[in-house]
Amino acid sequence: MSGNKAGSMSLNLKVWRQKNAKDKGAMVDYKLDGISPDMSFLEMMDELNTKLVKEKGDSIAFDHDCREGICGMCSMMINGQAHGPESQTTTCQLHMRKFKDGDTIVVEPWRAKAFPVLKDLMVDRGAFDQIIAAGGFINVNTGNPQDANAILIGQENAELAMDAAACIGCGACVASCKNASAMLFVSAKISQLALLPQGEIESEARTQAMVAKMDELGFGNCTNEAECEAQCPKGIKIENIARMNREWFKGAIGSRN
Amino acid sequence: MTTIKKLDGKVPTGPVQERWKSHKFHMKIVNAANKRKYSVIVVGTGLAGASAAASLAELGYEVSTFCIQDSPRRAHSIAAQGGINGAKNYPNDGDSVYRLFYDTVKGGDYRARESNVYRLAEVANSIIDQCVAQGVPFAREYGGTLSNRSFGGAQVSRTFYARGQTGQQLLLGAYSAMMKEVHNGKIKSYTRREMVELVMVEGKARGIIVRNVVTGEFEKYVADAVVLATGGYGNVYYLSTNAKASNASAAFRAYKKGAYFANPCFTQIHPTCIPVSGDHQSKLTLMSESLRNDGRVWVPKIKGDKRPATEIPESERDYFLERIYPSFGNLVPRDVASRNAKNMSDSGFGVSATGKAVYLDFQAAIKRDGEDKIRSKYGNLFEMYQRITDDNPYKTPMMIYPAIHYTMGGLWVDYNLMSNIPGLFVLGEANFSDHGANRLGASALMQGLADGYFVIPYTIGNYFATEKFEKVETTHPEFEKSLTESKNKFDKLLAINGNKTVDEFHKELGHVMWDNVGMARNEVGLKDAISKIQAIKADFWKNVKVTGTNVDINTQLEKAGRVADFLELGELMALDALERKESCGGHFREESQTEEGEAKRDDENFCHVAAWEYQGEGVKPIRNIEELNFENVKLTQRSYK
Repeated sequence: MSGNKAGSMSLNLKVWRQKNAKDKGAMVDYKLDGISPDMSFLEMMDELNTKLVKEKGDSIAFDHDCREGICGMCSMMINGQAHGPESQTTTCQLHMRKFKDGDTIVVEPWRAKAFPVLKDLMVDRGAFDQIIAAGGFINVNTGNPQDANAILIGQENAELAMDAAACIGCGACVASCKNASAMLFVSAKISQLALLPQGEIESEARTQAMVAKMDELGFGNCTNEAECEAQCPKGIKIENIARMNREWFKGAIGSRN
Repeated sequence: MTTIKKLDGKVPTGPVQERWKSHKFHMKIVNAANKRKYSVIVVGTGLAGASAAASLAELGYEVSTFCIQDSPRRAHSIAAQGGINGAKNYPNDGDSVYRLFYDTVKGGDYRARESNVYRLAEVANSIIDQCVAQGVPFAREYGGTLSNRSFGGAQVSRTFYARGQTGQQLLLGAYSAMMKEVHNGKIKSYTRREMVELVMVEGKARGIIVRNVVTGEFEKYVADAVVLATGGYGNVYYLSTNAKASNASAAFRAYKKGAYFANPCFTQIHPTCIPVSGDHQSKLTLMSESLRNDGRVWVPKIKGDKRPATEIPESERDYFLERIYPSFGNLVPRDVASRNAKNMSDSGFGVSATGKAVYLDFQAAIKRDGEDKIRSKYGNLFEMYQRITDDNPYKTPMMIYPAIHYTMGGLWVDYNLMSNIPGLFVLGEANFSDHGANRLGASALMQGLADGYFVIPYTIGNYFATEKFEKVETTHPEFEKSLTESKNKFDKLLAINGNKTVDEFHKELGHVMWDNVGMARNEVGLKDAISKIQAIKADFWKNVKVTGTNVDINTQLEKAGRVADFLELGELMALDALERKESCGGHFREESQTEEGEAKRDDENFCHVAAWEYQGEGVKPIRNIEELNFENVKLTQRSYK
């Protein structure tokens, strides 16, 4: 992607507008001038909304919050790519210098059966919470656990667990997958906990429960396209899916050996 | 005639080391089988809210949680980067609970309650243990033990971390504990709900009104106690490091229902943020304080030097923090680092196109440890910096400038974390209690989790066990009344149909706050701020333009509701700053400084908490007082030289 360092840009935007969950929805064209290359993509959307409000229109609804790439709220399909063209970058951290003056940019919501559109670019990702509630935790209550250093964890496993734990739950993996599979998301949590001695004990049962919930909620299967890994803003690896499958088989066979 | 109240923090007596232990023993307990008869509403699911909800549900209480975002996991605690303090003394460098307590009281410039801070330091180690048990992947040494690093205001390494994403990992730990209880049927999690009113019945907090932001409907929820864990009010300034949805409405609604707002002028300006690049900017991004472990802060010695940083020779650089504060160097507390960066910029030494920046340079550390070592410590932060600025910090120094980051002020609470309204508990950043006039780095995560995991589970039981509860339903007239009031407010905002957007008003307020109630404050500026804010507020209610409707998702309307409260809170902050004529911590009154330009406290007249009591629209609130007594830490002029 060629960078744009200076000057002001004019853009042709095609944005998905949908009044509510029941509305059919359609792409709407907008022209926007005076965009600085230093703006983030969401700041560009703010500009468009200001313009719409001034013209008495309804502003475009989109999810966003921390705007520093960590909360996982922002979720836009930009020119067919989840979070846009820059690798390992959330929409809020994507900057307009990655686009060129005169570009046409298509902005759509995540598309997946399990993520119904609420309005415009905003979708309901409550299914992710339900998957976590099915088993994405270690069964330990607040109390007086042993001293933190009583559990030794080798640096390698600690790092791998952290790599998996870096998932922000944005759903880009689901949106990028032709099957709308949630396997990358689910496997990231399963891996993190399976790699740590604290979480290893419940790993098989956890995996069974989370995978069952994922299937129940209408997410598709994995067919090894690896689009999820390519589009993940946090670089979560598909080797986590392999680890999840191992944990799942162990549980399915009903043996720990 | 209004009278100033002397507030009682209900602090236990005896040696500070014994107070929490003894208090825990003396508090009444709700029998295990009876706990299910009590219900608790928790508003906000950040570190404080999620940890409280999980812990209370585990005990057996019926818990409901509410958050604005689409999932409890998105709360802004998630963005905390650097770490969490504990007094484990794993590095064998002389740390102890007492030292953590001492550093925190001193760091807060002696404006926090000693007993609360001691309790915080005391439970800090349990937090680390708890988080490890939950599977939080803290950084480890080769041998498998936990790793520590240093933060500002401390001379020991006591900060635990998970790369530059500690807040994320701790929040996901608390969130998973909370989801465990959702699984167990003990927590009902309500998302995309914004609290718009507190409901009181017979003087007690008994429920809330929320706006469902998907349907636009106003909903009523009843409980036996309400816990606010709704974070801080940094977004009064428009530009801050807070998330866009972070707001003060829940706390401010409680204030208008009679809860005291304590020390609203105590705001923290974080020294290391990416500088403002233009008017379009919607938020500021923090670069973790941990960077000051290895980064050196400097400006050119020559005023207005326009050479690129890499072309300025060593002899022409002023490492001003190391020069002025040789013993703490780059790791002075945040308020001190921020003020010095501002002084350098104001006197013409600032860098960048705007002159409002200083350098944070890693060349010495890269030379010493190699680029790989630096990448392993701060890689994600360097990438984030490069993504935003298009500069490579491995090659050229970062440019940084202070920005609003945290608010130490908040709703007044007693030692039990209960406000003056019975049944209204306030946790985490939303309360005022532990950080005084300046919070030390890695202490916010510690406080949020201390309040949620280890304090509220005890104190709320005592409240239930000592009070009588009438059965209340949401059909009670107080619920109807509060709902109608909220609905009317939002209808009114929609009906104005003026000519300025909500953001335009918010930015106007932000400019006044930053210029007059920011890093340096004085009487003339504060009075000016109050009259300007009043004018913006009047204009807002005449001229704000909110499009859309009240029956579906309307982000403009949500923002308008929040800005309406920010406008009033901004004025209260300026009033508090005006009446606190001393300097302390982050509150720097230009009239009160030492010869060397450091904050000069006035312990004789201001060694107290100011707790503001609402008196009605257009009436000056009453400034109540809670005296602060220091029995263990001696009040001295803070020195980091």
